[in-house]
Amino acid sequence: MDNQSTGNHHDLRSSPVPENIEQTDSPPIDLKDPALAAFLAWLIPGLGHLYQGRRAKAALFFVCIMGLFVFGLYLGSSNEQCKDGKGKIGYGRAVYFSWKKGERTWAYLCQVCVGLPALPAMIQASRMNHHKPVWWGGFMAPPRPKPCNDANKDQPTLHDLHRVLNRYFELAWVFTTIAGLLNVLAIYDAWAGPMTTTPGGKKEESTESD
Amino acid sequence: MFNLLLADGSRLWNNDLWYALPAIVAVSLVYAATRHERMRPIWLHAGRVAGWIIGFMFIVCVVLVFLSWMT
Repeated sequence: MDNQSTGNHHDLRSSPVPENIEQTDSPPIDLKDPALAAFLAWLIPGLGHLYQGRRAKAALFFVCIMGLFVFGLYLGSSNEQCKDGKGKIGYGRAVYFSWKKGERTWAYLCQVCVGLPALPAMIQASRMNHHKPVWWGGFMAPPRPKPCNDANKDQPTLHDLHRVLNRYFELAWVFTTIAGLLNVLAIYDAWAGPMTTTPGGKKEESTESD
Repeated sequence: MFNLLLADGSRLWNNDLWYALPAIVAVSLVYAATRHERMRPIWLHAGRVAGWIIGFMFIVCVVLVFLSWMT
């Protein structure tokens, strides 16, 4: 295969592709090191494409994915006080990590696909679990458990988040989760290049054989 | 039936459905970008995908309004 002889030069016109895939608009793409590109694409949306010199797509992925993620963080934020009046709700509350039984945040598995922007949640969860005060005003910190007398007793409970943020908590959750899932597509694109189907999704008759 | 949809312009404007708009734009563009390399086909494909999503949402909306009208 050409890819082996020319490094990771992804010439979509000359390389054998499945019969339902056709490249009509794609120029040859130099994927450089696909593993590194995929890692960079995970780290910051669009960074892997920037590394490969695909600047337009890098900008598109960054704006779309980070735009959704930041909008989700904004929706999951509030300056209102908790019910007991001890502290504020804070920012980015829809993205948090908790792996305690009964409180597992499966959505975080999607949100963390955005990469670095979602990683503060891991730090905050670690600090909360070790009864240390969370940082950054509770940004991406998990809600505190109800009986809580440690340094995080001013943090909101899950009930506070739902009461104050209301439906915006769910919206924020949806936006940040979609952003993470979209970055999975971007990571794959950085790894393997675009996958183009024939117009209308019809399979093209092919006599191509390996 | 459609009076329910158009009865109150301000309610329509303040509808939470507008939150779908940024999601539709982002999903369409990212999906299209994983299928093409050049920008022009990406925009065209994204437009088609967005049209499909909005069309599907509209059909669901009409069904829900119809059911609401029936009850």
